[in-house]
Amino acid sequence: MQALSFDEIAGLISAKYAPEMVAPSQGSLVVGGEHLLEVASYLRGTPELDFDYLISVTAVDYRGHFEIVYHLTSLQHSHSLVLKVRCPQDKPVMPSVVSLWRGADLQEREVFDLMGVSFAGHPNLKRLFLWDGFKGYPLRKDYSSGT
Amino acid sequence: MALKTEPFVLNIGPLHPSTHGVFRLLATLDGEVVIDIEPIIGYLHRGIEKLAEEREYQKDIPLCDRLDYVAAMSHSMAYVMAVEKLLGISVPERAEYIRVIMVELQRIASHLLAVGSIANEIGTFFTPFMYMFRERERILDLFDMVCGQRLLYNYMRFGGVSHDLPEEFIPALAKFINQMPGYIDEYDQLLAENEILLVRTKGIGVLPPELAINCSVSGPTLRASGVARDIRRCDPYSIYDRFEFDIPTRTAGDCYDRYRQRIEEMRQSLRIIRQAVEQLPQGKVNSQVPIRVRPPQGDVFVHVEAPRGELGFYLVSDGSEKPYRFHIRAPSLINLTPLREMIIGWKLADAIVIFGSIDIIMGEIDR
Amino acid sequence: MEVGRERIYSAAELDAHEGALIEALRASSQQPVTDPDEWLQKELQRNVLVTSVDAVLNWSRRSSLWPVICFPACCAFEFIGASASRFDMSRFGMDILRGSPRQADLLITAGTLTWKMAPQVRRLYDQMAEPKWVIAMGACGITGGIFRDSYSVVPGYNRIVPVDVYVPGCPPRPEALLNGIEMLRQKINARSISTEGE
Ligand code: SF4
Repeated sequence: MQALSFDEIAGLISAKYAPEMVAPSQGSLVVGGEHLLEVASYLRGTPELDFDYLISVTAVDYRGHFEIVYHLTSLQHSHSLVLKVRCPQDKPVMPSVVSLWRGADLQEREVFDLMGVSFAGHPNLKRLFLWDGFKGYPLRKDYSSGT
Repeated sequence: MALKTEPFVLNIGPLHPSTHGVFRLLATLDGEVVIDIEPIIGYLHRGIEKLAEEREYQKDIPLCDRLDYVAAMSHSMAYVMAVEKLLGISVPERAEYIRVIMVELQRIASHLLAVGSIANEIGTFFTPFMYMFRERERILDLFDMVCGQRLLYNYMRFGGVSHDLPEEFIPALAKFINQMPGYIDEYDQLLAENEILLVRTKGIGVLPPELAINCSVSGPTLRASGVARDIRRCDPYSIYDRFEFDIPTRTAGDCYDRYRQRIEEMRQSLRIIRQAVEQLPQGKVNSQVPIRVRPPQGDVFVHVEAPRGELGFYLVSDGSEKPYRFHIRAPSLINLTPLREMIIGWKLADAIVIFGSIDIIMGEIDR
Repeated sequence: MEVGRERIYSAAELDAHEGALIEALRASSQQPVTDPDEWLQKELQRNVLVTSVDAVLNWSRRSSLWPVICFPACCAFEFIGASASRFDMSRFGMDILRGSPRQADLLITAGTLTWKMAPQVRRLYDQMAEPKWVIAMGACGITGGIFRDSYSVVPGYNRIVPVDVYVPGCPPRPEALLNGIEMLRQKINARSISTEGE
């Protein structure tokens, strides 16, 4: 029942994983895309971390690469954590975290719909807001509606 | 021996009186029992995130009002708090108190609507609604007094609020908070023990706490399942740490509890407003932030307890006048995640009640 | 039970069908529909015989406008406010909000219209019985309002349906909506069966 500070969480993580897999940077953990599921299940499953509540999933287009941002919190310990995962623009595929947190379901669909990042392993990945046949992904920085 | 029936698909919405806006539900029914549903949304997708990224920070405040149009104050407050955090500016004391008063009034107004529509959905068409609209109109009058708008206020500003309270506001508010408990008792008399309401909501659409947490459900819907997560308490923002209030929770997590939960929260909001009015200091209400702000590079995530749950703003600034990324963590959308589990196995008429008891607003779901 | 999966159309087919409808409507609605008010100018063609018939018909039409439910966005709450206890729209014979378009003759467009929604509204309008009227409520109903630049918003309901009365505001206050309804009643009053259907 103890809230850990970011440095303590980062310490726990770097004791377990090599720095090229997970590296703390400016108050958030930067995770390599292929290790996301492994790190995430460690974060969720370890009793002293116990990140059981996924607040939000979103993506940012940094012109050249996407960054998927996960905000996690633990209801028990009430500490929170930001995970950032880079994803190349030419191959925008990420592992889905729905198997760990169902709360990611609609949010990953939203990211897919508006940003065009697909999530491997998502149970029902299709457009959420826009209709079938809509061209482009509006939240990308290079999107223009042509009007 | 019961006859076997053939399943059929029923399309409800997007324009349907019971769908709270433009929501579409593709239900597969076996007789009257729902065996599968697929929610389809996006009929009000207005592209707010994209529009906000194309406009200056100041011009995004009205867009935030239009996200959840029955809780406009909460949404614009969350947004200006996020920008203030990016800018690193503080808010005058008086403005903080005014904000809290506004947001809590907004919570009452919003919950009134939610309770009214639950009652609507079980078939008491519009009668309890009329009672609740009576009080809601009074709250809207109070808002009208401070900012001249009834629904979408555009009242919050970076570093405070747009202008001070008019003279007649505090007496009118005092009158309202004295009368409101009586009104809430009146609703209880009408509804709390009402046979029809009990039969239609008790034990219906149970959301177990583990599922709620796993699905990132928040707000009254989560607390009705017995999880005491309220951002005002677990990550206090603004000046909420100065007030005494409880975080009510319920245990069963059914439709009845979600309705009771909102009634309780209204009482707590009244408590907060009463304390805020007593402590309201004199002074400035705005710290003269220029119209065009250029926050330094960086990102922030600010979350508040909006009437429908945990509302978050994730802003990324690249140092220019416009937000580089503007993301809204919309509670209504995420609260829909466990909808399938909650509805399957119930009759169609119950499905409408379950859906209504989550209390969603399409503007916020679709954005 | 996996029964839900055996449909005539799969979910993907339904989505594709809907998408095609939306795209088609979007392509064909790039220009606004003209407002249906040229008959207001046809005053001269009226003749004495029909005026009393007109008076009765118009009285009955204007006094029992039944609005259909079309509540896409924020303006809906001002519409509900107008029909709830304080503003009490029933005074004008607008008692019941109809769930079915076939029983209604007034479409009040309370909120932003998106392209995804547009085919539904068009269908709603087509299903309403003649004579029928449309009030475009709010800035969004008139031009798309604050969302006009968006990639998914229809810039005004008059791209989809002919609009009789425009009520500006964001949202219009219930008083403004009632004023718009009053204007519509005056407009109905100017109708004549001798010019109808032209
Ligand atoms: S006109 Fe304003 S209030 Fe009405 S739907 Fe549009 S944004 Fe909302």
